[in-house]
Amino acid sequence: MLHFELVTPERLVRSEEVHMVVVPGSEGDFGVLEGHAPIMSTIRDGNIELYKTGATTPELIRVEGGFAEVNERGLTVLAERAE
Amino acid sequence: MANLKELKGRIASVKSTQKITKAKQMVAAAKLRKAQAAAEAARPYAQRLEGVVASLASKVGASDNAPRLLASTGKADTHLLLVANGDKGLSGAFNANIVKAAILKARTLIAEGKTVKFYLVGRKGRAVIARTFPGAIVGQFDTTAVRTPGYDEARAIAKDVTDRFFAGEFDVATLFYSHFRSALAQVPTEQQLIPVSVPESAVPATGAAVEYEPDEETILADLLPRNLTVQIFKALLENQASEQGASMTAMDNATRNAGDLINRLTIQYNRSRQAAITTELVEIISGAEAL
Repeated sequence: MLHFELVTPERLVRSEEVHMVVVPGSEGDFGVLEGHAPIMSTIRDGNIELYKTGATTPELIRVEGGFAEVNERGLTVLAERAE
Repeated sequence: MANLKELKGRIASVKSTQKITKAKQMVAAAKLRKAQAAAEAARPYAQRLEGVVASLASKVGASDNAPRLLASTGKADTHLLLVANGDKGLSGAFNANIVKAAILKARTLIAEGKTVKFYLVGRKGRAVIARTFPGAIVGQFDTTAVRTPGYDEARAIAKDVTDRFFAGEFDVATLFYSHFRSALAQVPTEQQLIPVSVPESAVPATGAAVEYEPDEETILADLLPRNLTVQIFKALLENQASEQGASMTAMDNATRNAGDLINRLTIQYNRSRQAAITTELVEIISGAEAL
């Protein structure tokens, strides 16, 4: 499972284990699974697609402004705003 | 010696003052809990952002095309002191401590031959700084219109400050605010905002090669203004918690002092009353004996 964190300046919105996350990167969407290579990308305003397991419809979280970082601990999305 | 009516009046007035300080103390206690929660909720973002900025800065920092917010202008002649204060009083030495720290720093800088400018956030402290350093206040941000300064205010302040930086108004910016340690202890703190100071401990030791999208410089250029906003936002939240904490302590003391004063005045009142009765009795008895 992939450890996913979504943080805004006001609070920690999400911190959970998920199957896959699709991040709206500024140079194109990219999916992150467990064991993804380290990457750092700015994000554009759009929806994060959150797949809790492999076979569910994704949960959409709207984010604005920020960036995503993948390291050995998992995926962290820092967004100015998130719903 | 004060007569009975005067004493009665004074007791009543101290009692009503005590009611005010007591109410203010309870309001501060309630607000403190909220402000503290907000300050704690904001920490993860600030920490993670700091980590990312640190790791990027250690990569890009040495190169020539590093962003100016990171590398500064190369000089340190003009300093901008950002002083974040509250809007209201009745909070003990909260505002005074921040202003004192800023003035101390300004004196040292002036002694070193630097130019000092002030940028004020909040209504308090303006008069003192204007009197000590006439004409040094270049800007101020009014927070009286909003109940609790939030991220939007922090962004507006950060934008104003970066605009001034790129206009060449100053070389180094330092932020003064009150760090919230506990309800009893608030520490006036200074933090260098521009150029960004990267604490060594914040650099994560990762061996893996990280891929950047777009390149490091672009990310950093996007990140640094955001980091500035977040640092100011954090300071505003810390300040709010500190202000309520200081207010609670100050009002608690005031309430207790008022209680002591009431006790003393009541004893004095009773003594005067007894003295008056005794005098009257003596007068009656000696009058009766004279007959």
